[in-house]
Parts: sequence; C-alpha cells; structure tokens
Amino acid sequence: MPDTIFALSSGAPPAGIAVVRISGPSAATVVRAVAGGPAVPRRATLRTFRDAQGATIDRGLLLWFPGPSTATGEDLAELHLHGGRAVVARMLVVLSGFPDCRIAAPGEFTRRAFANGRLDLLEAEALGDLLSAETEQQRRTALAMADGTLGRQVDDWRRAILRLAAQVEASLDFGDEDDVASDTATIAQQAAALADAIATALAAPAVERVRDGIAVVLAGPPNAGKSSLLNRITGRDAAIVSPAAGTTRDVVEVPVAIDGTAFLFSDTAGLRDGGDMVERIGIDRARGRIADADLLLWLGDDPPPPHPRTLWLFPRADIRTDPVPDGRLAVSSATGRGLPALIAWLHEEAAGLLPAPAGHAISRRQRAELTEAQGAMRDAANLHDAVLQAEALRRARLALDRLTGRSGFEELLDSLFGQFCLGK
Amino acid sequence: MDQAYDVVVIGGGHAGCEAAAAAARSGARVALVTMQADRIGAMSCNPAIGGIGKGHIVREVDAWDGIMGRAADAAAIHYRMLNRSKGVAVQGPRVQADRVRYAAVVRAALAAYPTLSIVEAEVDDLTRTADRITGVRTSAGLLHAGAVVIAAGTFLGGILHSGLTATTGGRVGERAATRLGRHLRDLGLPVARLKTGTPPRLDGRTIDWARLDRQASDTEVWTMSPDSSTPRLPQIHCAVTRTNLATHDVIRGALDVSPLFSGRITGSGPRYCPSIEDKVFRFGDRDGHQIFLEPEGLDTRAVYPNGISTSLPPAIQQDFLRTIAGLEQVAILEAGYAVEYDYVDPRALDTRLAVTGLTGLFLAGQINGTTGYEEAAGQGLVAGLNAAAHARGRDAVSFDRADSYIGVMVDDLTLQGVTEPYRMLTARADNRLHLRADNAEARLGEQAVAAGAVRAPKRQALDRRRAAHRATRAAIDTAMLHPPTAATLRQSFSEGHARDTVNSLVPATQAQDATIVTEVIADLLYAPYVERQRADAKRLLGGANLPLDTVDYATIGGLSAEMVERLRMAAPADLQAAARIRGITPAALTAILVQARRAPTTPRRAA
Repeated sequence: MPDTIFALSSGAPPAGIAVVRISGPSAATVVRAVAGGPAVPRRATLRTFRDAQGATIDRGLLLWFPGPSTATGEDLAELHLHGGRAVVARMLVVLSGFPDCRIAAPGEFTRRAFANGRLDLLEAEALGDLLSAETEQQRRTALAMADGTLGRQVDDWRRAILRLAAQVEASLDFGDEDDVASDTATIAQQAAALADAIATALAAPAVERVRDGIAVVLAGPPNAGKSSLLNRITGRDAAIVSPAAGTTRDVVEVPVAIDGTAFLFSDTAGLRDGGDMVERIGIDRARGRIADADLLLWLGDDPPPPHPRTLWLFPRADIRTDPVPDGRLAVSSATGRGLPALIAWLHEEAAGLLPAPAGHAISRRQRAELTEAQGAMRDAANLHDAVLQAEALRRARLALDRLTGRSGFEELLDSLFGQFCLGK
Repeated sequence: MDQAYDVVVIGGGHAGCEAAAAAARSGARVALVTMQADRIGAMSCNPAIGGIGKGHIVREVDAWDGIMGRAADAAAIHYRMLNRSKGVAVQGPRVQADRVRYAAVVRAALAAYPTLSIVEAEVDDLTRTADRITGVRTSAGLLHAGAVVIAAGTFLGGILHSGLTATTGGRVGERAATRLGRHLRDLGLPVARLKTGTPPRLDGRTIDWARLDRQASDTEVWTMSPDSSTPRLPQIHCAVTRTNLATHDVIRGALDVSPLFSGRITGSGPRYCPSIEDKVFRFGDRDGHQIFLEPEGLDTRAVYPNGISTSLPPAIQQDFLRTIAGLEQVAILEAGYAVEYDYVDPRALDTRLAVTGLTGLFLAGQINGTTGYEEAAGQGLVAGLNAAAHARGRDAVSFDRADSYIGVMVDDLTLQGVTEPYRMLTARADNRLHLRADNAEARLGEQAVAAGAVRAPKRQALDRRRAAHRATRAAIDTAMLHPPTAATLRQSFSEGHARDTVNSLVPATQAQDATIVTEVIADLLYAPYVERQRADAKRLLGGANLPLDTVDYATIGGLSAEMVERLRMAAPADLQAAARIRGITPAALTAILVQARRAPTTPRRAA
C-alpha cells in the first residue's frame, strides 16, 4: 500500500488562502481525525481543523473527493486554510503525525495521477514537453554548480567515494581469490576525511535565507512592546497592538526588505506562565521560533534565552526612567530612538549569515542530500563489517548523485516528475 | 525409433543435469541427450563448486531440491568458507570436489528420477513448425518434445586453441557439436563468439609440497546443502605458490605464439578469470600472481593450478611452470588450452530463459554467455522448471532479482546481454544484505514447494527447518522484550561471539540446529538495513511497472538508433526494467513513458 502524501498546493504563505492536499489510502482517516467526522463527497463544508490533542489549528473549508475518480486516482482531500505561515506549518506538522503519512516529494501528486492512469492524452503530451523543462532544469543546476565550488567539490567526493567503494567491493568479491589487499583502517580513515569535508560544505549558508529572508524573531515577556516595535521596523500595522498583555497569541510573520536584504520578522506571543490554552500554545510556538531564529531581538528585562545571535533591547525607552543597563540597546517604537543602531546590527549580523559575493548557498534539498551523504560516510568510517561499509558507500554515492542530478535508475522517475512544483 | 517426451535436454553438464532434474521433479517425462553418457556431470575446468556469489547460487539451487549442493558435499575433499572474516552476507561456501566421485554422484542423482532417461546420441537439428519447436532429430532417432532445453556448454562450434594450433572440439578429446551450432545460426538466433580457458593439469608427485604454504580444509564442519549428512571424505590440503618475474619473462617472450595475442582468438574472454598471459600483459607492474594448487581427487595424482589458465604452447607452459617455487621439477599431465565457442545473445531470451519468438526452446549455461558451473546450474534450474511448465501447460516459474542471485543473473542476462563471460559477483545484487548463502531456503523454499518442484524428503526438511527458524526467532524476540537483554544481544550480533551470547541468554536456542541460530542472528543483524532498502525501493516504484510490451520503440521520436536497438533486444517488461538498461537516459525514458501511456491498453498477461 502506498503512503498517504500531503503538501501545500497553493503558493507560499502568507496568502489569503492556503490549500493543503492529502492523497492516498489513509486520506479518509486523516480527514475524519483532523476535520472532525466524515466528509461529504464533492461539496465544500466549513470545518474546524484540530490537532491530535483537540487544539484548534484553523477553521476553513473541507473538500472531499473519494477515489478513484479524482485528480490523483486516490482518495483526495483539500483543506482550505487561512494562508498564514504558522497555520500552514502547524497543519503540515499535524498531518505528518499520522502513520504512513508523509509530505509529498516534488511532483508526486502528478506522478500518482500518472501511475493511476488519470492523465489523458493531452496531459501526456504536455508531459512530453517536460523533456525540455528537464533539460532547462539540468542546465540551470549545472550552471549554478559550475559557477561555485560546490559542484567541483561534489564531483571530487563522488570520485573518491567510487574509489573507496571499488576497493571494498573488490575485497568482498575477490578477497579470497587473488592478492586483493583491503586495508580497512585506511578506508575508514578516508571515509572519515570525506565526511569531514562534506561537513564543511554543510556549513554554507542556506539559500532559503537569500530567498525567504533572514529569520528575525522578536521575543520577550507579554506587553514588552514587541508588536509595536515590529510595526515600527516594518512600517506597517502587521501586528495587532493593544495595552493588554497576551494580545499576540500566535506568531505573526512579516517579510521586509531593508536596504536590499530580505528579513523575515516574526512577532511572537509574550513568554509568561499561565494564560489560557490558546495563549500557552502560542508561547510554545514562540519558544520554537526562538530556537529556529537566525537573529533574536530580546525585549525582556530578564536575561534572554540562550541564542548565538541576540540583541538585548531596552524597549519603550521613551517612557522609562530607569537607566539603560550596559549591553542593552535603548529603543522606542514611538520616537524611533535606537532604530538606526538596531538596523545596523541586523545588517552586520546578516552579512555573516549570507553567502559572500560569488559564494554559494545551499538549498534545503542540497542540505538534506549532503547530510545524508555525510552521515553515510560517517557510517562507512565507523562500521567494521565490510558489507555494511559497502552499503554505506553506496548510500553516500546515491545521495551525491541525487544532488548533482546524475540520474541513475533510482532517480529516474523522481527527476522526471520533480520538474513539477511541489504539491501540484 | 521415435520417442515422445515432455522435455528434451541437450547436454549433460551442470546446466543440463539441473535442467533435466528440475523438469523431472516438476513431473515431466524428460530425455537428457548427450554425446557421451560417461561424461555426464564432468567438471571441465576447476575441481571446485561454490565461491563468493557462486556458493550463494548453489544454495539457491539446493533450496529447489537441485543436484549440485548435495553432489558437492558427497565428493568434497576440501571445504573453505570464503570471506569468513567479512560480513555473513558475502560469505561464500566453496568446496573442492573429487572429480570422479562428483560425476558419479550426479549420474546417480539423475538415475533416481523415474521419468528421466539418458539418451546417448548427437543432435543434428531441432524439428519445428513455423514458430514452435516440436523435438530434436538425433543420431539415435527422432525425439518429440513439448519443450527443448539446449545446454551445450562450449560444444557449439567449439574450437580448442593450444599455441597456434587450433582443432575443433568441445573439450580436449571430445568432438564439438558442429551441426547443432550451425543449425542455431540457421534458426536466426543472434550467435556470437566467446572464449574461455583452462590451466595445465600437473602431476602431484612432481610438486615439492614441502616448501609451499599449505591451506587446510575448514575444521568447523559445514555443508553445501543442509540435507547432506554423509560423513566427510578424507580431507586434503591445498598449497599456495606464486608466479615471479622469471615466470613473467618466459610468458612475455612467448606472446607471439599465443593465440590470444596473435589474433587467432576473436571471442572475448572473462575479465574476472583471465589467462596468465592476460594477467602478465595487463598488470605488467605486478611481480607475481597467486596460484592455488588444488588436488583433483583422492585417487588421482592430478593437481589443478588455480590462477594460471593458459593457451600458450605446451612446451612454453612447462618452461614457465618450472620457474615457480615448488614446481621446479613439475610434469604436465595435460596441457592447458583455450576454447572458443558459440553463444546466443541472452537478450533474445525472456526471463524463463525461453527464446522469444520460437516457442518451446530454452537455453541454459554457457550458451547464454555465462561462465562457471554454478551459474550454469542456476540457469539449468530456471530453464528446466519452465520447460516443464511450458510442456505441461503450467504457470511459469519466475525468479525475482530482489529474492535470489538466480533472479539477478537472469535479469542481467536477458536485459543487459553480455560482452564477456558473465560471472556472478555479490556486487551485482542490489539486495546483497538479504541475498545470503545461509538463508537461501528461507528466501526460496516456499516458492519451490508451491511450484511443485520439490520431492517429499526435501519438502519435509524445508518444513522442519522453517519451524526451527520460527521457534528460534520467537525465542530471541521474546528474550529481547527485556531491554537490557536486548541491548546485550544486539551488541553481540555484530561480533564474533553472537552464538554463545544467544545460547546463554536465550537457553531455548541451545536445542536448535546451530546453523539455524546463526541464520536468525544474521537476519536480526541485517534487518534494519534490509528494511531501509525495501523502503527506499518502495518509494521509487510508482509508475515504474507500466507495461511496455506493446511499445514500438522505433516510433518514438528522440531515441537514438542505438537505444532503439538495445530496447528491442532487451524487450524490457516494464519501465523499471527499461531504466536498468545501460545507456538509456532519463530523457529517453520520459519519451518511452509518454508513448507507453498512449499505447492502446491490452489485456495484461497473468503474472
């Protein structure tokens, strides 16, 4: 039985509406759990979507298409949510908690449609056009790789891994036959060195930072003025401001370009004990955001939570009379005091997080493959069983092959359907 | 005299014997036609059965109640588990067999099948209608058959080379099957040439054994077939020596009288088992190559020097041998030689090893471009089972590359073809951690029984061992419910003392057969990896099993003429198989995929 797959099928949030699609044998079970009760086929109904604990994720429309007469040929559901990043992210997390349920690989909905015979002749012809799209993709990938050092590095690693693999394979198939020497210690050493080399590549900045912006999180106790500061920095009323503590209950995200650099600001619920359940969930998320943040703006008087890049602010400097302690930057959303210094700090930190001019950044996909390759090489270095060592080397090679788009059989269909956007 | 059979098998080598026996086990009336009945079961080259990858195949054949495993045990005079120091998945059981005893045991095994007759005759040609084989015409009369298996080894158009002298023949002293070879070309089969070779046989009394390193038979008792219980024959030692620079000088000086280097031999030889002149020529920087001196039996003085197959003139062979430590006084009993023979491009076969477009004709062994007794036996099993199934209107028997080395081999042969004699390697198996020699019965036993090709004693043995396996696994699983015990056991699995640890922590296993316990331990050790491979494979499959049987590749734009040719030859069953063909690019596959979707839907054949 195939896995049930899901993905955000509409554009990247924030947007007015976000459509999450779920396709596969468990879709009915998932919908019943998330949307509370069975769905009416082919009719939009208003539902409250809840997580496994019963906490509300959002209210929105549910569309239910029982298979096989659906776009994918399987049971298919569409959840129309409010298009905030947090809502969508939460929904994806909740869905991935169901057994045999996973986020779709790029183009996987289309692939299933094709596998189940749901694409007709015209669509099949359109698929033929993919030939050129695929080439375009390869051209772009190849170009980007050729530009930077990464492509050359990966090729070198791949050759080195092949050399090691050949040694291990020879020792397995011919070890007892002729004098094929296999020096396990040397192989382990070289594998470890390759794992280290790949690790340095993993330290490259994330391309998502270039594309989506550097993640800046404003955090602190309730009513510290986080939302006001956000509105001041971004120059718009993105966050609801009120004198009542606990006004911001969920994460509010605002993408802003400042002097050519993209930042993604997140305003979080104030951190405090107590509050109602919705607020507590917001607080949990805020803590999660702090952990994931590239930069943290801390507005509390208590010392900030541990984070490698923190600016400790002294907010509401215009109405406070106590002296500004050392190491804190006085800011005021009302007067704009301290904002130039804050912005300067953001830029300074950003420089360290973004690729140098002509340097390269790696995408999440590349990071995942490099991480896989690195882990496999680590295994190859630590395993004493030559068969398992060979297996680890094979895994590493496949990961690098996927990375560079060298497609052997395994990558064939993925590379073919990977030309489609995720979730289409 | 005309005779009617379900299956006629041509050839009494390792492929032919397994084919005939498998067909007989399936209930078919079988005739095995051979030019010389007293040469049935002969080991033409090295006196050994098994090895890495090869031993795996022997165990698989044995799981199907085949001949080779038990015959090897009955004739074994030296046991060696290859790769013993490496992971259990690549450990290759290998025995050296007494040549005379081995052939005798094989002949006795065949004689035990009541529906199998031996016909001593030469085959002239096949009788047929336009598209169907109906039998064979032999020097002893016409044999009607529902299916014919050709397992002619190196005898089709065989030419023996010794120095610059070439004579026709299948083996030294045995004539070639020239007419049948010509007939196959007339049938339009894609025939080409391959080459293989064998070393000189030495007189053991002229070898100075005392100065050579000796290699003893394994002291730990194990068997090729779990059903073998006969006491071991007396075990002999082998010895190890090596060529040296003086040897290489002699060989280099004689390359002008080598049929390989003078251009007389055109067929490709095996890269994995090269002649000594090949080794010297290709690896010129090496100062020596290892030679195993393997006695050929208990009652013979013949010794097989493994590693120096050669077709140099006999006088040169003696010269270079005498430069080698321990062989200074050596006498040759029979000179080494090379043999060139016809083979049929195996891409002309389907996965039953049946010729496509000529119903009822099956090919097995060297005729399909392979080398090795074990590879031959595995194919004999496949062809025999399917020839019987075809003749008797039963379901075909298929071997999956995910479950067996036999499946890997059949898939490789029928899809990729060969450019040199094909030898099994564990690296060929995508599922290597699952395809172990020690779990062949667990992998294949049920399928074998379900196919009705297993006789009662083997069936009972399979049942018994499956029950023991289950009980052992259950006992260990139960013990592992206790976390500290589980941790200790898990730790021990990858270490040498796993069996002791299991015996002490899971006392119920003490009563079980040690090989079963070892097998279960290996299952547990590799389980996470096997699971991972399965999960990876599962993720990749969607859409890949789109059938391609109605696709005409010539009508697809964007495929090169070479790709069209390869796809036509290989006739891949589905897109997944097409993707495994060398040189087929992702772009080509896209085009094929689109075409396959367009192709009118035809009812699928039953799997």
